[in-house]
Amino acid sequence: MRDVNVLVLTGYGLNCDHETAYAFELAGARAARVHINSLIDGSAKLENFQILVFIGGFGWGDDHGAGVIQAVRMKTNIGRQLMEFVEKGNLVLGICNGFQALVNLGLLPGLAQNYHQRSVALTYNDCGNFRDQWVALKVNPASPCIFTRGIERAELPVRHGEGKFFADEATLAELRKNKQVAILYALPNGEPANGRFPFNPNGSVDDIAGICDSTGRIFGLMPHPEAYNHPTNHPDWTRRKEFDRRRGDSRQTDLPVGVKILQNGVEYVRG
Amino acid sequence: MPHRLEIALKDNLLDAEGEGICLKAKNYFGLNLDRVRSINIVTIDAALSKAQLNTVQNEIFTNPVTHVSSFDPLNIEFDWCIWVGFRPGVRDNPGSTAIEAIEDLLAYKFEADQAAYTSKRYCIKGRGLDYSDLDKIAGELLANNIIQQWKIYSARQWDPAEGIGFILPKVILDHVPTVTTIPVDSDLSLKKISDERNLALNPNDIPAIRSYFQNEETRAARARVDLDDPTDVELEYISQARSDHCNHNTFRGLYRYYDRTTGETEVVDNLFKTCIEAPTLTLKAKKPWVVSVLWDNAGAGCFDRNHYYVITGETHNSPSNMEAYGGAITGIVGVYRDPLGTGKGSKLVMGSYGYCVAARDYDGELKPHLHPRRLLDGIIEGVRDGGNKSGIPTTFGQVLFHPGYLGKCLVFVTAVGIMPAQIDGQPAEAKQTTAGELVIMCGGRVGKDGIHGVTASSESFSEHTPAGHVQIGDPYTQKKMHDFLLEARDEGLIKFITDNGGGGLSSSVGESALFSNGCQIELEKVPLKYEGLDQWEIWVSESQERMTVSIHPDDSDRFFELSRKHAVESTVIGRYTDSGKLHIRYSGKTCAYVDLDLLQSGFPQWEFEAEWLSPEQRGLHEPVLGAPHDYAFLLLDLLSRPNICSTEWITRQYDHEVQGTSVIKPLVGADRDVNSDAAVIRPVLDSQKGLAFAQALLPAYSAIDAFHMTACSIDEAVRRLIAVGADLDHIGGVDNFCWPNIKYDPLHNPDGKFKAAQLVRSCRALRDLCLAFEIPLLSGKDSMYVDGNLAGRYGETHKVSALETLQFSAIAVVDNVTRCVTMDAKIPGDLLYIVGTTRNELGGSEYYEHLGYIGCNVPQVRPDELIHLYRNLSRAIEKELVASAHGIYRGGLAVHLAMVAMGGNLGLDVDLTKVPINRIERDDILLFSESTGRFIVTVNPDHRAAFENIFNGTGCARVGTVTEKANLVVKGLDQDTILTVAVHDLKAAWKKTFGELI
Repeated sequence: MRDVNVLVLTGYGLNCDHETAYAFELAGARAARVHINSLIDGSAKLENFQILVFIGGFGWGDDHGAGVIQAVRMKTNIGRQLMEFVEKGNLVLGICNGFQALVNLGLLPGLAQNYHQRSVALTYNDCGNFRDQWVALKVNPASPCIFTRGIERAELPVRHGEGKFFADEATLAELRKNKQVAILYALPNGEPANGRFPFNPNGSVDDIAGICDSTGRIFGLMPHPEAYNHPTNHPDWTRRKEFDRRRGDSRQTDLPVGVKILQNGVEYVRG
Repeated sequence: MPHRLEIALKDNLLDAEGEGICLKAKNYFGLNLDRVRSINIVTIDAALSKAQLNTVQNEIFTNPVTHVSSFDPLNIEFDWCIWVGFRPGVRDNPGSTAIEAIEDLLAYKFEADQAAYTSKRYCIKGRGLDYSDLDKIAGELLANNIIQQWKIYSARQWDPAEGIGFILPKVILDHVPTVTTIPVDSDLSLKKISDERNLALNPNDIPAIRSYFQNEETRAARARVDLDDPTDVELEYISQARSDHCNHNTFRGLYRYYDRTTGETEVVDNLFKTCIEAPTLTLKAKKPWVVSVLWDNAGAGCFDRNHYYVITGETHNSPSNMEAYGGAITGIVGVYRDPLGTGKGSKLVMGSYGYCVAARDYDGELKPHLHPRRLLDGIIEGVRDGGNKSGIPTTFGQVLFHPGYLGKCLVFVTAVGIMPAQIDGQPAEAKQTTAGELVIMCGGRVGKDGIHGVTASSESFSEHTPAGHVQIGDPYTQKKMHDFLLEARDEGLIKFITDNGGGGLSSSVGESALFSNGCQIELEKVPLKYEGLDQWEIWVSESQERMTVSIHPDDSDRFFELSRKHAVESTVIGRYTDSGKLHIRYSGKTCAYVDLDLLQSGFPQWEFEAEWLSPEQRGLHEPVLGAPHDYAFLLLDLLSRPNICSTEWITRQYDHEVQGTSVIKPLVGADRDVNSDAAVIRPVLDSQKGLAFAQALLPAYSAIDAFHMTACSIDEAVRRLIAVGADLDHIGGVDNFCWPNIKYDPLHNPDGKFKAAQLVRSCRALRDLCLAFEIPLLSGKDSMYVDGNLAGRYGETHKVSALETLQFSAIAVVDNVTRCVTMDAKIPGDLLYIVGTTRNELGGSEYYEHLGYIGCNVPQVRPDELIHLYRNLSRAIEKELVASAHGIYRGGLAVHLAMVAMGGNLGLDVDLTKVPINRIERDDILLFSESTGRFIVTVNPDHRAAFENIFNGTGCARVGTVTEKANLVVKGLDQDTILTVAVHDLKAAWKKTFGELI
């Protein structure tokens, strides 16, 4: 079986590196935590990896816009390698702060194959504050997104102050047309949240929680799949366990959906 | 020529910050603002070309999708405009990252006299506002004059071309660093200098200091390094080290404890040794899991064969009281350096908070520096940014309101870390410095900030408290340093590590040099934020985000290579020696030369008079209360009391699941909105083991007896752990004392003797309970002087002292996290049990407080009765017989039945005649007594026999069932139904108090 190597980008205040690497290993990959500066000085090479993950955290303290300075640093110093990585058909995943970095780099949404232009934004939550809660999500089955394949619904935590997806109407129309809206905030029953707080936790237009590029290989989302790496991460697990036991159901052995999302990427690479 | 870039959200985008200001102006001051738009300003004081400016404008500071920006003032309409910026020398975190980003993007290097500064401008629309309204908004909502400055412009005054002009908060000291020699000819003159220089030397220490510097041998040795009388560097060093904050003189003091009930006097020599150290050492000998206690920055316990966990707690009261945001963020970021500086370094895995403030809606006559509402907002935000930006989950927290905290608030912060058991084959918890190793300072730079922080926190708050000790923590710089140091640790490079907190280099170098028995420091090597600091200031500055590390010279290249990779500044500032001396030089000239053992010897012990009057002697008694009739109404009112009600608005602002380790979250239940008993995390991702953590704060009982306050706090923290599935065999504790001044003074502290007696009693309870429950104290801190002098209506001042407060933290290792339980009722038809006995113990209760009483029958802890109950419940949970478990805490049975019902959104049918009681004949006593040792448990009917067998008929009774119909129904002792209330209504009452806050 082919090894799938995942590069988890670290440093400068990013902070979900350990659990992201761990969740990718559960998903069957080999994950390396690599400092941004190791990529820049060449001691680590992108060409040895097939999946690049921009993780969550507070790069540069989120000052001057979440993900902005990380994008500037990457573009300025290794912009070309990054484009080569993408052009080779590899996968890029951005989670939370990483999603913010991807939209500031322009890798998302990458409309008309332009991977340099900022055309969407993740801005301050409408509720005016940082917020940690689990959200119900619905996957757009028509989206080409690799990571959401075979998944209809999911529950994951959001933990951000700047997660409101925003774009002008023309851009939104384009995203819809290309089926780039990959995952949406929903009510617990799977119906659209239609902007209702707290189901849509930040006021994202069209309930957008995550988008991909038109190839489906670059995916960014605000919720944290890596934070659902164990059944006990789910806020209802003690309740579900009790219900399941009464029904004679023993422990669930399925991978948590957070890991499944990553596994989709790993299996795509493995072919 | 500086350049000022203004950035705002596009007009069609919601400005959430502006909306928040409108809302607060209305709610806090009754001012109607139509609209507030905020503008971010970056002032770049560097010689950049037009093209370069355009590049940074477009690439860094302006998001084309959401922003407009301009180097000319943005034309946003307003009636009034408020500009807010930092005062010179205040940490400007976004200013620093702006410089980093500009340098990176332009491949440009800022010169020493160039910088970037951030500030804000608020464009306010609203009719009928006048200047004083705006000044109120500026001074009480947008800015704190201690760290910020502001300007107010009316639309008419505004020059659209000039804007705010160019305001550069640059520090210009224009001062040549000078060492001053201080004569020690008499006690009086030294005392005078101590007062003038804010040294805060204890008068009792002065003779010892003088005799050291007048000693012939000392003088001869000093003459060889060209020193005569002590320098300011030396006296500052001694002052820092001898401060109560660093040396715990109060806890190490001698107490003459006179008990007026018995007429006997007892001498208690050293509370720390007798009540903390001795029991902990006894327990350490008994419990092999105790790894490291009583000496390092945090205590360590064994998590599994390959990992140790470490824990410590801190308070950051005085600075938070002055500048809530800055104080609180500095507090949380500061306590996170303790585990990082424990053993050879630990990774942070969890944090928690406890806030004690006066009522949020306080409208009395006293004038605290910050209104409690604003104080609390600032504290919440400070700990939020500090914790979230550090990438450490904040999994537990409590808020407590009491008028006593108007004088000084309390901000408790606790940190948990984890380290490998071994590094490079060596024990990770051990460390030492050795002569020849390099003294390295890592992280932030040194400025005037934080000078005299520890001596200031060893005083009561007054208008003269120096503002210089207020800082703003920088979690970004610290997170980089954390990642760097752990990588260096894993490569075996670190011989010794400790943090720079209180006392700065003076403490960290002074303490680490004790291991090698000496050091020589070249003070001019210490990197500064700006020039012009005196030598003593460099030495004692508490500038944040710094660690002191010892490494072998052979490891230097690799250490600095890693430091560069992580973009962390590290500097060799000297060497450890074995000379027995703390030797400090500045540009080759000696400015301090002190025997390291000076501090261990020759200083007199502090002495306190303590006098205990029993509650009865103080006139306390039970109120004469007839039983109420309307229990539903009463319960709803109790649920909406600030110390009982939902504070979800705070919890949700804290990232409590970063690191992917969350098992039991702070909010649980069907709607994920009811507080869990404890937090559980899985800190080693590929292990099923967990850490359970909880805290308790019960200062209300101190109004009766701090002994029982302490005992109850420990019991509550323990029960919280038991309730989620921990067991008694492995519980570690952390004690954090916050006490009003206990030094008797007939004028200024007339009840000082009583407060001292309360401290002695509290420490005795700590000793007794820790021995009984077998809880070693892994760490602990004390913060005395929780008093404030506040101006009243006529300008007179009032001393306000807090209740004697102890925050007790408990931590336990859970063998298998998948067996943990939460507190919410789960399934209709489940059986409802009460574990533990209820007594008539309403003294200090929430019920009495609600009705305006204190009472006398304070709850007591009887460990001999409780321990087997706790063991039985642990066993039942371990055998997976329990569907939910919840302790009965503040508010008593009724309140906590409501919690269990709200957690499950299910009803409970409860029969009070079945509840285990001891001499209770009234429903209200049974429902609201706060007796310790009790739980509410729900059990699958199929497990009834197995569950009851474990308890064998004692201390546990079946009192009802969980019902589908979501009503709480209680049948009283007379068999009548005394309470029927819909769970929906319970929740509405419980949430309404702070329900509008997000």
